[in-house]
Amino acid sequence: MIPAPFDYKRASSAAEAISLVSEYGEDAKFLAGGHSLLPLMKLRLAQPAVLIDIARITDLSYIRDAGNHIAIGAMTRHMDVEKSPIVLQHAPLLANAASHVGDPQVRHRGTIGGSIAHADSASDLPATTLAMGATYVAQGPNGTREIPANEFYVGFLESALAPDEMLTEIRVPKMNGATWGFQKFNRRAQDWAIVGVAAWKRGNEAGVALVNMGSVPVLATSVSQAIANGASIAEAAELAAAEAEPQSDLNASAEYRVHLSKVLVRRALESTNA
Amino acid sequence: MGGSILGNRVLRKEDPKFLTTGGVYVDDLLDEPLLHNAVHVTYARSSVAHGHILSIDTSEAAAMPGVIAVFTGADLGLQPVPSAFNPAATRTLLATDKVRYVGEPLAIIVSETREQGEDASEAIIVDYDVLEALVDVEKAMASSLHLYEACGSNVVFDTTALGIPENSGEAFFAGCEVVVTGRYINQRVAPCPLEVRGAAAAWGPDGRLTQWLSTQHAQGAPAPIAAANGVDVSQVRVKTPDVGGGFGAKIGTYPEDLLLGVVAKRVGRPVRWRETRSESMVGLGHGRAQLQFITIGGSRNGKVSHYQMHAIQDSGAWVDMGTILAPFMTRPMSSGVYAIPNIECRTTSVVTNTTPTVAYRGAGRPEATAAIERAMDMFAAEIGMDAAEVRRVNLIPKFMEPHTTAIGGTYDVGDYEESLNRTLEASDYAGWRKKQAERRANNDPKQLGIGVSVYVEITGGVGTGESAKVEVLDDGSARIYTGTSPHGQGHDTSWSMLASEQTGIPMDKIELVWGDTDLVPVGTGTMGSRSLQQGGNAVYSVAGTLAEKAKSVAARLLEANEADIVLDKDKGIFHVAGTPAVSKTWADLALAEKSTGGLVHSDIIGVVGPTFPFGAHVGIVEVDTETGKVTHIAHYACDDAGTVLNPMLLEGQIHGGVAQGAAQALLEEVRYDDDGNPITSNLADYAFISAAEMPSVNVIHMETPTPNNLIGAKGIGESGTIGSTPALQSAVIDAVSHLGVRHIDMPTTAERVWSAIQQAR
Repeated sequence: MIPAPFDYKRASSAAEAISLVSEYGEDAKFLAGGHSLLPLMKLRLAQPAVLIDIARITDLSYIRDAGNHIAIGAMTRHMDVEKSPIVLQHAPLLANAASHVGDPQVRHRGTIGGSIAHADSASDLPATTLAMGATYVAQGPNGTREIPANEFYVGFLESALAPDEMLTEIRVPKMNGATWGFQKFNRRAQDWAIVGVAAWKRGNEAGVALVNMGSVPVLATSVSQAIANGASIAEAAELAAAEAEPQSDLNASAEYRVHLSKVLVRRALESTNA
Repeated sequence: MGGSILGNRVLRKEDPKFLTTGGVYVDDLLDEPLLHNAVHVTYARSSVAHGHILSIDTSEAAAMPGVIAVFTGADLGLQPVPSAFNPAATRTLLATDKVRYVGEPLAIIVSETREQGEDASEAIIVDYDVLEALVDVEKAMASSLHLYEACGSNVVFDTTALGIPENSGEAFFAGCEVVVTGRYINQRVAPCPLEVRGAAAAWGPDGRLTQWLSTQHAQGAPAPIAAANGVDVSQVRVKTPDVGGGFGAKIGTYPEDLLLGVVAKRVGRPVRWRETRSESMVGLGHGRAQLQFITIGGSRNGKVSHYQMHAIQDSGAWVDMGTILAPFMTRPMSSGVYAIPNIECRTTSVVTNTTPTVAYRGAGRPEATAAIERAMDMFAAEIGMDAAEVRRVNLIPKFMEPHTTAIGGTYDVGDYEESLNRTLEASDYAGWRKKQAERRANNDPKQLGIGVSVYVEITGGVGTGESAKVEVLDDGSARIYTGTSPHGQGHDTSWSMLASEQTGIPMDKIELVWGDTDLVPVGTGTMGSRSLQQGGNAVYSVAGTLAEKAKSVAARLLEANEADIVLDKDKGIFHVAGTPAVSKTWADLALAEKSTGGLVHSDIIGVVGPTFPFGAHVGIVEVDTETGKVTHIAHYACDDAGTVLNPMLLEGQIHGGVAQGAAQALLEEVRYDDDGNPITSNLADYAFISAAEMPSVNVIHMETPTPNNLIGAKGIGESGTIGSTPALQSAVIDAVSHLGVRHIDMPTTAERVWSAIQQAR
């Protein structure tokens, strides 16, 4: 419950943050809202030598209507995503998922960029943005690049970001009237999901991603495929875990997770939210 | 004359402090002169559950920044100390030759800052010869590997050794038409007070040791502290700052508390210790942890005639308080509220390689209640009888004289059927049953479950009375000294109400002193729901006597007969009956008595005996049969605590009690892997209940005063916990009973419920 010793640096711009991380290399970690990293540090499961605090880079906190998509700055707090009229209008699935993150204190401190860069398959926003076909923007010493969400999550707490890159923006396609559902199954309101599902559907088109069904957030492509091929929601939901490799842990067996994913995918797709 | 303040919804005096600037907890004692320049103590702990210690290398830790000293048990020359409950079991306060659970302290780091101590604790290298971890009680009972070799067994306490015969087995049920058996796990839970353990120690210039302790019972601490420090008990002063919860786990002292004076002496500086939450989850004692084998028998018309239980109590890795709860708290209450003519109850306490168990809110009685209530439900299910009806036909009829059950529990007064009736009516039990039938008929994926419990418990079982001192100061204000020890209960408010009632001194001019063994040498502390009926009772009595004493002083000052003096409690003045114009205030009297020892009265006031609060709970849950998810949607609680002093405090106790009871039924469980590693040792993994998991609790009023004390009060601190757990466990099972499910162990997690449905299908 007391972190190992570390150095603390504060960056006032993305460029300064990248220059600092280039200087300290793999010993350094970005500190955004701190709600994923600090608990790991307190349990001494993470022991970065240097923390680069990027929480005060205010020009990375924004939500903009960018035509066919919504652009969200990486340092935007969950609560701002949850309450944003732009997000509520054009990407209501994301607003709803943000409202399920942790508890109100976490949502006032934690950031969308921090949650995605942490790449925890048990977190709500990686899977949600994956289901929505989001694109992430990363900035490094040599400029910026776009990374599609489905290429971003490469392993347990591991992303496609290079050590000297920083996530700066999340681009979420507008939902254009798709129906959507977000299902979070947990023990207590503030817990991580035992299994979660983010899904949207527009006619025969559907996007479905699973929370905590393996070491990375899982895009349930078999479900989308089945819907595209005219399967009923109930039939398609039976394929929920086709791409998943869930683990057994303290909270659930792998078998139970598979079962839950089917029920929750069905419920998410049957939802009439629009 | 205005009405009595007693029985009113008086706001808590202590809340502004707790809600604004905060109380002063042991870790907040930054301005305490005796603790100036204090160093920090960190305990290095065992990382294996069971093993011989081959070596402890402290050299690297000792060389780390800020580290002043590192001590092992050998360095301190610690000698084995016997358990109070089984002297064959002995341990040193720091493990020296053997570790018996993960988290057992084995070395002390003394450092300038707490952070330095935590860093250094990671550098202590211990070589173990690892032994098989005995995590499960049945495995430990069968094993030839003994945690305490001198005990000759892992069974460290058994009722058969008290001369109580063994249970007679199946023969006991020979005449019964219906016999049902069950194996219930009353799981291990963690008390989780918001304030973890903490203490500080300083040797004063007078050579005395002052120890600040986050405790429920300061007066119990000087003896073990003096023993650990090798000084006479008169040389120890214990002071209790504000305490952020205890739930029973802070009644006794822990090795970490006892060694602080020793360390302070060694390093020549005062010391502070405060554990982290991760440490607290393995170091603070756990609760419950009983495995129960029950058999219940009776006739098809619903009459239960025979009940037999064998309770296996998991003591954890030390023969601590948890060991004796089964024989002395669970057993006498095993009959519950029922007139069962034939009962047998054996208890067996077993040491395992887990955190030692201690008292936890209810302490033995919730286990008794859960067992008999679950047995009643299984009996009812077997004969197709309604849960409320099977209870009604077996309840002990109303009694206003002591009643003794077949197992030997003697209850003060009770009207169990009335509490059941009130709860069934207030909850619209019949209405819920109708809704349940509709959902079943519609094959709704979300089914309703209705659970009923009727319970009786024992409070004030600890102590036979309590000390109280009330003194009036020159300015007419009063100071109460109490042997109880508030840590959330609201004694400042309650004791002020009682003293104000007797003296007419306004509540805001009354101050409460507790937990300082120099100022309050005699006290039994706060535990077992004893405080109001013993401590409050003593304050009420002593304040009453003081008011009588004051009348004699007033008579002298007013040159009148004492018999003619009246105390006008509205104004707080004394005058001759009929002539209020000439009067004396409390301040006048206190000044007059100043030279002769002051206006003060002190006494130890006994009570007739413990009291037996009772009541009924109805819990309603919704169960998602597709996932097994349980949602607690409504709760109705009738808890009869005798005469109610302050309904707001009563409701607060019930709300909190129901929350902790619901937590055990639905969510919380301390778990270990097969090697004895704790896997729920933080509040992310341990499913500590939150407000979001709770419905509003409907509190149903009922007061049956006890004759056992002056104020008619019984305990209320644990009732909510005792009544709610079985009601909710039963509700969950009831929701899926039409699918063929008969039992689900606690906590009734979604996966357990789902699995039970799959197995029944």
